[in-house]
Order: sequence, then C-alpha cells, then structure tokens
Amino acid sequence: MQTGWSNETAREIFPAMWDGFIVVLQVTVVAGLIAVLLGLLVAVVQRVGHPAAGRTVNAVMQFVRNTPLLVQVLLVWTATSLYINPDWSAFAVGSAVLGVHYASYTAESYRAGIEAIPVGQWEAATALSLPTHRVWGAVILPQMMRRSTAAVANWIIAMFKEVPTLFIIGVLEMISQAQKYQGQHYTGAVEGYTIAGLLFLAASYPVAVAMRRLENRLAKSHY
Amino acid sequence: MQNPTTDHPIIEFDRVNKSFGDLQVLNRLSFTVDPGERVTLIGPSGSGKTTILRLLMTLEHVTPTKDPAADGGVIRVGGQPLSHMEKGGRLVVANERHLRQVRRRIGMVFQSFNLFPNMRVLRNVTEAQVHTLGRSKDEAEAKARELLDVVGLSAKVDSYPSQLSGGQQQRVAIARALAMDPDILLLDEVTSALDPELVADVLGVLRDVADTTSITMLIVTHEMGFARDVSNRVMMFDRGVIVEEGAPDEIFSDPREARTQDFLRAVLAE
Amino acid sequence: MDLQAVVDSLPRYGEPLLTTIVVTVASAAFALVVAFALGLMTSSKHLAIRTPARAFVEFIRGSSAVVQLFWFAFAMPVLLGIQFDYLIAAGIIALGLNYGAYSSEVVRGAIAAVPKGQLEAATALNLTPLQKMRLVVLPQAWPEMIPSLCAFAIMLLKASALVSIIGVMDITALAGLIGSQAGQDRLVHYSVVLVMYFILAWLIWTGMRALERKAKRGLGVDVKPVKGRLAPEVAAGGVR
Repeated sequence: MQTGWSNETAREIFPAMWDGFIVVLQVTVVAGLIAVLLGLLVAVVQRVGHPAAGRTVNAVMQFVRNTPLLVQVLLVWTATSLYINPDWSAFAVGSAVLGVHYASYTAESYRAGIEAIPVGQWEAATALSLPTHRVWGAVILPQMMRRSTAAVANWIIAMFKEVPTLFIIGVLEMISQAQKYQGQHYTGAVEGYTIAGLLFLAASYPVAVAMRRLENRLAKSHY
Repeated sequence: MQNPTTDHPIIEFDRVNKSFGDLQVLNRLSFTVDPGERVTLIGPSGSGKTTILRLLMTLEHVTPTKDPAADGGVIRVGGQPLSHMEKGGRLVVANERHLRQVRRRIGMVFQSFNLFPNMRVLRNVTEAQVHTLGRSKDEAEAKARELLDVVGLSAKVDSYPSQLSGGQQQRVAIARALAMDPDILLLDEVTSALDPELVADVLGVLRDVADTTSITMLIVTHEMGFARDVSNRVMMFDRGVIVEEGAPDEIFSDPREARTQDFLRAVLAE
Repeated sequence: MDLQAVVDSLPRYGEPLLTTIVVTVASAAFALVVAFALGLMTSSKHLAIRTPARAFVEFIRGSSAVVQLFWFAFAMPVLLGIQFDYLIAAGIIALGLNYGAYSSEVVRGAIAAVPKGQLEAATALNLTPLQKMRLVVLPQAWPEMIPSLCAFAIMLLKASALVSIIGVMDITALAGLIGSQAGQDRLVHYSVVLVMYFILAWLIWTGMRALERKAKRGLGVDVKPVKGRLAPEVAAGGVR
C-alpha cells in the first residue's frame, strides 16, 4: 500500500502523463472543430430551415445537452465497436461524441448571438433585396461572431477539461496513463492524479490570458 | 432627534477639498448652514453641488489634508466632525462606526429614487426604522402609514416599487427618508428623472414638508420656482467654489455675477 | 436481445436511482454553500479576504472535474492516511467543490450587478454592511442567480454519472453491469439511463423555473418561461 508522495515515482510517471496530456490536446482540437462547426450549423438550421427540421434538431440537441457525456460515450462506443465497425478508434469515436455534446452548447451561444442582432439589420438586408447567402455571409454571421465568440471559446475550454472522461473507452489521456502505470507498478495514484491536475492548471493560465486578449479585441472591434 | 448643540451651525464645511483622480471638484470650500435653514445649490453640471450632498451623506469622502486642525478639510454636523473623528486629541479619518453615529441625523432623497425593489412600499419605509433606529415593528408601521398618508400613497402600501410611477416612487422615497426623523434632509435633483407631468406632485409634497417641519434642507434642483418658494438662501456654484450667494429674490431677480446671470438665463430658457 | 429481460430488470434500478439523486442533491447542496461562501468572499472589498478566495476559485476552475474526482477518491486518502468508507463521499466533495467554485462566479456577478444606488440608499438609511447584504443585496441578487445556478445544477446531475467510475453503484454503473449479463443488451440499458437522466434534468429545470417565478414575484416582476432553452445569460456567457 502506497503512502504519501514520492518524487521518484513522480519523475517516473511524468513522461506517461505528458503523453496523456498531448492526447488531451489532440482530442480538444478535433472535438473543438466539431463543436464549433456543428454548433453553427445547428443554429443556422434552427433559424432558416424548415420548422419541422428546426424542431427536430432542437429536440435532439436538448436531449444531448441534458444527459451525461459519460453515458453518451459508453453508448456510442458500444454501438460502434459491437455493431458498426470495430476498427474505429476510441480516439475518433470519443472525439466525435465530445464534439457533438459541446455542439449542443455552442449552438445555444450562436443562437443567442443571432437573436441579439437588432431586427433592423434583417429589415435593412431585406430592403436591399440581398440574396439569402449574402444576408447571412455579409450581415448576420459577422455580427453574430462578435457576440458569440467569447461564449463559444468558454465552452471549448470547458470541453478541454472534460476530455479525461474518455478514459472510460480507453483513450490514452491522463487518467488512463495513470491507471496503466498503477497497473504495472502498484503505485502512482497520488503522483499521477496530482500531475494530471497540475498540467490542467498549467494549461489554464495561458488560456486565461488568451481569453482576456480575445475579449478585449472583440470589445474593441468597430461594430 | 434634538440638535444637542444649537449654538453651532448644523452644517459646516471648513476648507473642504474633493478630487476624483486628477479632477478637483471642490476647492477649499467653506460655508455654514444654520439649523432649520433651507439652502438651494444651483450651478452648471459638474460644479460640485451633488458632491456636497454626497459628502454629507458619507457616500463620498473628503480628500484628506495633512493636519485637519490647521489645514481644514473637515465637515462638521452639529459641531461634530463628520468626515473625521477625535483620536488622541487629533482629528483622524472617521471609521465606519463613527460615520454611522453621525449619519443618523441625515436623510437623503435621490434623483433615481433607489427604492428597494424587493420590498413592498410599506416595508421600504419601515425596514430601516426597525433595523437602525431599533423601533418596534408596530411603531415603525404606524409611522410609515402616517407618512405615506402625508405623501398621498396610503392606497399603495402593498405595492412593489416596480408597480408605481416614478412620481409615486419618489414620494415613497421622501416618506422613507422622513421616517428616520432626520435633522437634515438632502434633496438631490429629486425631480430630474421624472416625466414633466409628475413633477408637481413631488414638489407639492416637499413644499408641505418645508411648511410643516423645521428640518434643515439642502436642495440641488433645476426647478427654480420651487427653489425660490422654499429656500431661505441660494448658493451659486461653479467649478467647486461659491460664485455668489444670497436670498432667493436677490439671486433670481438681480444676480450680480455674470456667471450667475448666464446660468439662470440658460436654465430659464429651457 | 430479449425485451422481457430488459423490462424485468427495471426494478433493479430503484436503489441506484436513489444513489444518483443523493449524489446530485448532496453535492448541489454542498456546492451552494461553497458558492455563497466563495462568492461573498470574492465580492469583499478587503484584499485579505478576496485574494485567497479568488486563488482557490481559480485553482479549482483551472483543473478538471474528472481529475479532481480521481484525486479526491484515490490520491487524497493516501496523502492524508485516511480511507473513505464510502467512495460516494469523495464524489460529493469533488463535485461540490468544483461546481461550487464555478457557481461562486454567478453569486459574485449577481451581487456586483445590484445597482450602486441601492447600496447608497441603504447607506443613507444607515444600515450596517451586514444588513445591507442581508436585506438589500442578496434578496435582489438571488433571482438573478437562479437561471445560471439551474444550468450548473443540470451539469452537476450529468457529472454525477462520473461517480460510477470510482466504484459507486449509480444508474450508469448499473446499466453497464446489467447490460453485460446474458440476454441483456448494453445499448438498451444505456439508452434507458439516458432517458432517466433527461427526466431528472427536466425535473430540476421545472423546479428552478418555479423557484425563479416565485423569487421574481418577490420583486413585483412576472416571468415568462422559455421552454427547453439554455438560459440566455448562460448561453451568452458560456461557463464562467
């Protein structure tokens, strides 16, 4: 039975934890892209799509948003590995589920951004007889981006911290790495989980600085 | 509450400085107000009128001087230093306890009413009586109902502030301030946020208060007719100093200073 | 797959469902206490009170709830030489602290949003700092907090599923367990618990809406419910 903190174990386990951290970053990039793009698509479909399509998409997103990521991951992983294609990697499936889960949040932030655009903007676009793609591309989306970007970035940061959930299907992030090490050496829980927490903390500082810069830039933009 | 030291002026500003950052709002300002006096402060915006009321209400604090006894920079209420307190024979900046003790004598009505939206009208008027004067609930309620009757809002005791018009809210705010039995009432542009048709009701209530009590009043207003009727003295401010002062008739009918003349012309032209 | 087998196994969810509810309610209660304590401290004008609270909030928020859960369950007992008789306690502490730290920003924000004139009026009426907070600030700030706190409560419900991975038998754990037995199907059981979570989330949302309506009525304001939407202030701000 392990007692207390061991510097030696910490040194030994660190490379594995670092590898896990890199995987967390990779998942964040892939899932983040899905969340950003799918969320936008959902928000736009809810606005311009057929009302039935909008309602359906909204219902699905509501269900996704109000149920645990962990169970969603388990469900989809069971489906793909047992029934669809056992060759799909845990990394790919996990990133996809995480991305869709957070798209259900970013969609709401985009939607709030669209709804915050004054009615006059839509009316002016109509008065100019702009084609739909120009209304969105030139008028609505640029204004929405300014209003939604900070909130969407916050959801991506939240998502980053939830990546370790994917250990449950064997994605080799930090929890998996710590457990693997413990399985081989019968020690390392204290060091592994502490290092995992500290790596997240270390990452959160530059992220906080970048967020402040982003918010300042958005605040200073001219429209 | 009785004024314990009637031989003093009730309000005394002794060479008071007030700066916000680099902006000097009051520049070694000295004046006194006698008990029962009604003084109206007029002047262009930014001249420091509202700052004077906010200093008295301790919402702002004077810019300290090195030696208050010699250099001034002290506000006194009833002879007692408000911005400072005695400690070891010296005047030092007042602490919260001292402020609370002196503040008891002063009430204020704000431009934006500032009624508590989470309390019905009656409770807005009783709450501080109970919690800071230690009155019983019944006593406070009786007092509140009496004052709400005076301001013509007996029917609204159970309404929330959000259900009242601006004029009604301001009349509740007046009742709330009077319920604390202040010796000094500060009126800070109390009609500026009101729709024109609601101004008369509020001013009517204040005229009543002026006629029926001996409360000392400091009034900042742009309602020159009201100022003329109610006040004993008018002080014209510009850039933190008193430009001219005198009886209302003198100031309004025959101002000596060019700056006063310009200001009155501009206000009356509105 | 045998549908009858699935139906027959449903009663077995009773006790784990209770566990899920207990974990959620207990960590929400703990989180609320933490949120108000930290929110009031970070609102303080005294640096000596504000700074440690601020540091603690950033420390917790800077890291991951999943990692914190493992840390409290498996690292802290080793460091302190204690042992949790029930790992559910580690789950409640980890989730309560994490969501408490996030929610403290909601508390702080709502307190800061109370108009300055309200505090000035309270000063003019000579209320003490404590009375100002209790009689004026908190009653006005509370209704503003509810939508965001509701969003966090639902996230907390979802996060409660994580206790299954430190060995607590909640509905998620049970779904995995029954699902892998003969004649059962994990897909079906995971779907069943997803629906259970969704219903629980809906109950939280409905309860919070009622609470908000009641709180806003205490300000003389009527609220129109917006069905099934993420509260606008949450959507606009992301997780703060």
